[in-house]
Formats: sequence, C-alpha cells, structure tokens
Amino acid sequence: MDLNTIWFILIGVLFTGFFFLEGFDYGVGILVPFLSRDDRERRLMINSIGPHWDANEVWLITAGGAMFAAFPHWYATLFSGFYLALVIMLLALIVRGVAFEFRSKDENPKWRSTWDWMIFIGSAIPALLWGVAMANIVRGVPIDANMQYVGTFGDLLNPFALIAGLTSLLLFTLHGANFLMIKIEGPITERIKTLTLKLWPLVIILSLIVSVMGYYDTDIATRHAVTALILSLGTIAAISSVGWLIRKKRNGWAFAMTGACIVLFSLTIFAGLYPRLMTSSLAPDAWSLTIDNASSSPYTLQVMSIITLIFLPIVLLYQGWSYRVFRRRLTSTSSLEY
Amino acid sequence: MDIITLARWQFAITTVYHFFFVPITLGLSVLIAIMETFYVRTGDERYKRMTKFWGKLFLINFAMGVVTGIVMEFQFGMNWSEYSRFVGDVFGAPLAIEALSAFFLESTFLGIWIFGWERLSKRTHAATAWLVAIGANISALWILIANSFMQEPVGYVLRNGRAEMIDFGALVTNPHVWLQFPHVFASGLTTASFFVLGISAYHLLRKNQEIDLFKTSFKWAAITGLVAATAVAGIGHVQGQHMIKTQPMKMAAAEALWESEDPASFSIFSIIDEGNREDVYSFRIPNVLSFMAYNRMEGEVKGINDLQKAYEQTYGPGEYIPPVTISYWTFRIMVGAGFLMIFLAALGLWQVWRGHHLTPNRFLKILPWAIVVPFIANTTGWIFTEVARQPWIVFGLQRTEDAVSPNVSAGTLVFSLLSFGLIYAILIGVDIYLLRKYAVQPQLELVSSAES
Repeated sequence: MDLNTIWFILIGVLFTGFFFLEGFDYGVGILVPFLSRDDRERRLMINSIGPHWDANEVWLITAGGAMFAAFPHWYATLFSGFYLALVIMLLALIVRGVAFEFRSKDENPKWRSTWDWMIFIGSAIPALLWGVAMANIVRGVPIDANMQYVGTFGDLLNPFALIAGLTSLLLFTLHGANFLMIKIEGPITERIKTLTLKLWPLVIILSLIVSVMGYYDTDIATRHAVTALILSLGTIAAISSVGWLIRKKRNGWAFAMTGACIVLFSLTIFAGLYPRLMTSSLAPDAWSLTIDNASSSPYTLQVMSIITLIFLPIVLLYQGWSYRVFRRRLTSTSSLEY
Repeated sequence: MDIITLARWQFAITTVYHFFFVPITLGLSVLIAIMETFYVRTGDERYKRMTKFWGKLFLINFAMGVVTGIVMEFQFGMNWSEYSRFVGDVFGAPLAIEALSAFFLESTFLGIWIFGWERLSKRTHAATAWLVAIGANISALWILIANSFMQEPVGYVLRNGRAEMIDFGALVTNPHVWLQFPHVFASGLTTASFFVLGISAYHLLRKNQEIDLFKTSFKWAAITGLVAATAVAGIGHVQGQHMIKTQPMKMAAAEALWESEDPASFSIFSIIDEGNREDVYSFRIPNVLSFMAYNRMEGEVKGINDLQKAYEQTYGPGEYIPPVTISYWTFRIMVGAGFLMIFLAALGLWQVWRGHHLTPNRFLKILPWAIVVPFIANTTGWIFTEVARQPWIVFGLQRTEDAVSPNVSAGTLVFSLLSFGLIYAILIGVDIYLLRKYAVQPQLELVSSAES
C-alpha cells in the first residue's frame, strides 16, 4: 500500500474516532437542559464527560492537522469552501468549551441556565453540521479545475445533507444517552431510558432514509457496491439492536451499538470516497481532489508516518488509561468539579 | 475594505486574542507543577492549597486558550488557502505533530488532573501536572517551529509550484526557533510570575487568613519573575543579533532606521513619516545600535532604503517595507515593558529579602496593576514579529497578498470578523469577572475542595 492510501486511512480513522468519542460528548451536551430535575443532576451529566471532552476534541484537531500535513489541497479546499459552516461550528465550539468550565463557577441560577443552554447549542450545532459536511463531501460540491470551491453556503443545504445532519444530530444524542446510562446512577436514568426508547425508532428511520438517499445522491453504490451494501446493512443492524438491548438492561452493549453505527457510517463515507478526498460535482472524474493530486510530497508523508508510528500508540495508551481512571459511575454522592 | 485587509484583521484579532491566554498557560502550568511537587515531597498542606488556588485560576484561563486555539488551526485553511496550498507540505507537519504529541498530552492529563484528586496517588497526580506543563510547552515549541519557517524558511525546496520539505531535521533545528522558543517560554514564566505576584500582593495587603499561602507564592513569583524576565531580555538581545543577519528589514523597521549607518545609533524617540521614508524627528544615542547588533561600538546596520533597493534586485520590483510606525512602537513598548518587569521583580525580591512585603506598602498596591504589563509585552512582541515581516507571509517566498483565499467573499469575512469579535468581547468580560472573583476570594476554591 502506498503512503497516500495509508494517510487517507489514518485521517479516516481520526475522524471516525472523533465521531465515536465526541459523538457521546455532543449527545450529553444536547441532553443537559432536558431530563434533569435539579442542578445536581445537570452537573452529574456534565461531569460524566468532564475529564474527557477536551481530549476527545483533540481527535478533530489532529485530523485537521493531518489533513494539512498530508493533503494540503484537501485542507485548503474544504476549509475555504465550507467557510460559513465552519465559522458557525467554531462559534459553537467556543461557547461550548468555556460553558463547561464556567457554568458551575457562579451560584446564580440564571448564570447556570444560560451556560447550560450554551452547552446545548454548542453541542447541537456541530452534531448537526458534521452530518451536513460529511454528506456534502461524499455527494460532491462545485469544485473547479483549480481545486477551488465555487459554490455557495446554500449549496451545502441540499436535502441529502440536511437529512444526514438530522441523522447525526439524533444519533449522537442517542449515543450520549447510552453513555449516560453507563456513567451515572440515580433516578435520572429512568428518564434517560424513556427518552432513548422514543428516540431509537426515529434514528432507525433516519438511518434508512439517509442510506437510500445516499444510494441515489452519491456514486458510492456504483463505485463500491459490495462494500457500501455490507456497511449499510451493518449500520442498520447495529442501530436496530439498540432499543432491544436497552430493554434487556444491556446498557454497555447498547452504547457499543450506537458507537458501531457511528463508526460504520463514517467508514461508509470514507470507503465511498476512496481514492477521492472531495468530489467535484462539476466534473467528478477530472476535477475531484484525490489522494494523489492533493497530497504532500513523498518525503513529508514518510516523515509524518514515522512520527505517527511513534506517537499514536502512546496517545491511545494514555487516553485508554484516562477512561480506566474514571471508569466508576458518578452517583449522587460523588464530588463534582464542573 | 478588500478581502486581504479583512482577512488580515481577522487573523490579527484572533491570534492576538488567543495569545493573551497562551503565555500564562505555559508559565503557570510549570509553577503549579512545582507547587504540587513540593506538596508531595514535604506533605505540607500549604503547598496543596497553593496548587488548588492557582490551579483554579489556571483552569479558567486555560478554557479560553483551548477554545480560541481551535480557531487558529482552522483559519489557515479558511482565510489563507493559497498559503496552505503553497506551504502545506512543510508547514502542516509541525501543526499535525503539535496535535499528536502535545495537545493530546495536555488535554488528557489536564482532565485527569482536574478530576483525579481522589482517584490517584499523590505522586501520580503530581506527575499529571507535569505532563500538562510539558504538553503545553511542547505545543508552543511546535507552533513556533511552524512560525519560524515563516520568518526564516529552511529545509525546503521550491518544486511543483510550492515549497516542499526536504529536510525535517533542518526544520526543527531552525536557529530561529531555538531563540524564539526560549524567549516565549521565559515570557510565559514571567507572565505567570506577575499574575501570582499581583494577586499575592492584593492578599498580603489585606492580611486575610490565607496569609501563608500568599507569602510563599509572593516569594516564589518574585524569584521566578526576576530570573525569567532577565532571561527574556538576554535572549531578546541574541535574537536581535540573529535578526540583523536573517531579517535585516525587520531590525531596520524596529529602529525606524531609514539610511544605513556605521556606527549605528539607537533611537529613543522618533516621529516617523512613512510616506516620505524618513524620520521627521529622531532622538538617537550614537553607537548603541551597533553595540546591540554586534556587541561592539562599530559596525554597519543597514537602513530601510538600502534594503528596499537590495530586495528589488533580488525579488523584483515592489514594496518591501513593513509598516514602520507599528514595528517601531511595538518593539519599543515590548522592550520597555520587559525592563519594567525586571525592575519590578527585583524590587519584589528585595522586599522579600527585607520582609517589607509583610507590611502594607505602596509597592504592593502597584503590583496588582502590574499584571497587565507582561500581557502588553507579549502582545506587542507578537505583533512586532508578524507585522515587521510584511509584506511577506513566508519571508522571501510568498507575499501575504498572494496567500489569501480567493473564493471567500468580503461579505462572508465581515460576518465572521464581527461574529468572532462579538463573542470574544463578551468572553473576555466573563473571563475577567471569574478570574477576579476567584482571585479575591480564595475561600471559594479552598473551602469547597476541603469539603470534598
């Protein structure tokens, strides 16, 4: 396998890891203003992701850095092309990050509820926009012969992308609810369970719709028919099992299945793209960005490969350790930092 | 306004704003790790209280650094896509390595540090504080390796219409970065020291029940402040000598030196007329600039007009003069603030020596206000190093005007500029409110953590 393919896979893995991890962070953030009866319960929810959300977000930072280093044209075309969407996402991430840190630093209930809504907005907007962005990348956007995005913000808001956005929003919410079920205790878990069982059929329907639309709106099915079919069936199977597992009180498995669903969706997108990075809707075969025409020089890819080989295992080890340190559930008697 | 101006304003605002929070994170993370190490070594609760108290303020500040940092990584591609295409092969690598080797370390162990007081042994917990400090400072190193490439490009070749990396070793051993990084690291310690000094002085004046905590903090910060501020100036001197070799135009702009001089004089105060390329009025001390440049009383320092001519020959017709007034004054404010800090830290240490800091005095009343001095120095220093490199975005290789994203409209830029500006303005207010609240009421943190 050549280095360009390896870096494509690596960036795919980074995004997939990001969606899996930050997916439940977003989900918890979306649920914060709801379900809770008092401030203590809200803090319980926020503290369940307290030690992890920042490190989870670094998966995105690293994916962005890796795009810049390995495929500078991908980084340049995507970020300048999706400009307004990214501004909105950045604003959301800014208020979300400070809201976690600031919300419990003042007793005033108005202060706290304001920041809780900031956590909600700051989580819901990116959760929605990631679906929109990924759908557009694979569907194709107007890119000209010079690799410049020549469309508008409105072009990104096509039906397929919007449905994909709604799917990622609700799927992340469900993933977050499942995370809470294994991380906190108390009467709130009953309310989470009720919500999960309502949300779950919706996510199945949306997953089906988005898969069918993907069949018509993208060329995944014509280019990678077998792979796409297997991945889609896996996605639907995973999401279909969630409600059943929740009823059986197999909460860990339910969380694993929403996670699997996210991972499979992400893999479908990256497998469908390969060897493209961004599809040009104007001339898919001539003007698309690919792992060859958008990449860095072989030397840079080599250097980056060696460095990644050294650091990535270490990162995975200590991040894994951090989840181990905080594996215990939070209860009504736990001391809360946020 | 055209898109270049708008994109530059956006970059300037978001970068300077981000850099408010960075140096204090670099320095305070180290001081806190030292405090906690003392706690582990001695078992003295005072050091734990110091760790907790300064740690809380650290976290309030850190959150702002994190969220404004994400913008930095995204906006090279958003506003400067032509730059990203041109140098991505070289410049992207240190950014990716920064995330991989530093951001993960910093953020993971910060999470463990915040939430792990009861779950880890004392020793392991202190180790996480060190890993946060190391992560923060390694991240500064990589971003400065990237920035140094813009100041002094090395390890590349122009090929396929872009700069391609041919020597990663040269990139990380760029002489520029091994002056710039120590300079920034020591600035970070200075910033943190003045933060600690100012808040400690506030409490020493009021003699509240946590007096032990602030006595020790004051002493430590006076020592680190003096050492670090002196180091910043010393390294700065060497940087100037390096700059005159590699970026002579930057040095000439810093001095508003239009004509070459030998021996060269140092300007104390100049009124600059950039249009006519001359100083309307200039008060100068003879020989001092030569001394700064070469450690001897003679030696030619090239003036702006000669350099302009030389650059026209090398790079073709065009304007190669940076905004001189901004360069000149930011440089002076930076250096002035630096010397002021050396003086204040020395006075602080002298007060500790004589025990004067234990009785209310005027110096203690000044110190809380002196917290802003390092922020002024950091900001003007950063503006200087970026503005005085203009018109280049990468010195000698690409001009800023050629680096901007061609497909982002002025309207879009205005929207993003206003949105970031508005959010940043609100957040700085909230941040200062919270910092002040927790700084003046140590019991908020110390009592709540004693309970848990």
